[in-house]
Amino acid sequence: MDRIPILKMGEFLLVTIQVDLYDRLALTLESDLMNMVSRTEAKGVLIDISSVSIVDSFMGRILGNIASMSKIMDAETVVVGMQPAVAITLVELGLTLSGVHTALDVEMGMELLRNKIGPKPNEEEDLYDDII
Amino acid sequence: MQSQTTSYLKKNKKRILESWMSNQLTDATLREDLISNEELHTQSEDLLNAFTKALSSGNFDMESEAYQPVVDILSDISITRARQGFSPRETSLFVLSLKRALQQILHDELKNNIPLLYQEVLELNSILDSLSIVTTETFIKGREEIILRQTDEISEISTPVIRVWEGILALPIIGTLDSARTQVVMENLLEKIVETGSRIAILDISGVPAVDSLVAQHLIKTVSATRLMGAECIISGIRAEIAQTIVHLGIDLSNIYTKASLASALKLAFNMLNIEVRRGEKKSMGY
Repeated sequence: MDRIPILKMGEFLLVTIQVDLYDRLALTLESDLMNMVSRTEAKGVLIDISSVSIVDSFMGRILGNIASMSKIMDAETVVVGMQPAVAITLVELGLTLSGVHTALDVEMGMELLRNKIGPKPNEEEDLYDDII
Repeated sequence: MQSQTTSYLKKNKKRILESWMSNQLTDATLREDLISNEELHTQSEDLLNAFTKALSSGNFDMESEAYQPVVDILSDISITRARQGFSPRETSLFVLSLKRALQQILHDELKNNIPLLYQEVLELNSILDSLSIVTTETFIKGREEIILRQTDEISEISTPVIRVWEGILALPIIGTLDSARTQVVMENLLEKIVETGSRIAILDISGVPAVDSLVAQHLIKTVSATRLMGAECIISGIRAEIAQTIVHLGIDLSNIYTKASLASALKLAFNMLNIEVRRGEKKSMGY
């Protein structure tokens, strides 16, 4: 059966959805992702949906669910790269994904996640240099 | 029954054309600025030829196939005239002046036989009346097409998406927002966000005359869609009356950034992106 790969990048998990999600695949992704979060104690989950062109209310709900579940396990969720047509569809369906953070692309999503979880104590100085 | 009109018509075609042309040319409403004499002559001759041919089929029914070429030519002429900016009166006069010319010929030929003249004129009138209805109908249709096209153009022109700064888009909305326009606005804005990778969009509604609950709902939808894409939306240009209406309607805009002017929205956007604008030393502009 198909599986969507989940990559670990430091404290974050990166999921890039390259195929159209059918319902079973979405459910598998949800449970895989939750297992992974608990095993790696990830601090953030980044889901890239830039290749997804079709969504339905089920997928919208799955994204919302992933965000709420991760939150309970102390991980922030960022969805990046949503296509305009997808955004319009979700809004028309009344799904505004209120618990989910969004960003334009993976790079901005990573930056957002880093800001959300705050700097680690021993990295604080380096980060400060970066900002200046 | 083969009408006698046909034979008179064939016999006097040249005269009819001349008299028709002079009828058209002497008319006070002739628009020489819009159409040249040669063009008018060609149009008239084409129509007259087709009309003679249709009449010689011995048929006086406008619905019949014989008249199809006449109707086609006439429709073409009226649509062209609608585009050129003729008035309805000027366009119908084109056909009605042919009626006058034909009646003149029939009168000259049949003035000794009044009952026959009467009958022929009646038949002729009914045909030319139908033709003038066709003219008016196609003229109106042509005008409607023009209006529809202009409506589309206006809605596209009036919703430009401007990149005011690196990462900041502005969208000044001018005119009333309805569902169709909101759709265009939303799509344009989202496409532009992807294209430019902008993180902030400013929706300026100072050019919107009134906001009702439907418009507010459309605005909220646009803001939500922008958020789903990963950008932030600021609504600016909310005037006193609009603020009053919004509160009276019980619309909740509390989780949307709102600013009074485009300038203060831009300031907020700079803040959100950690951009600082400072007045510096005056430098020579270099030109």
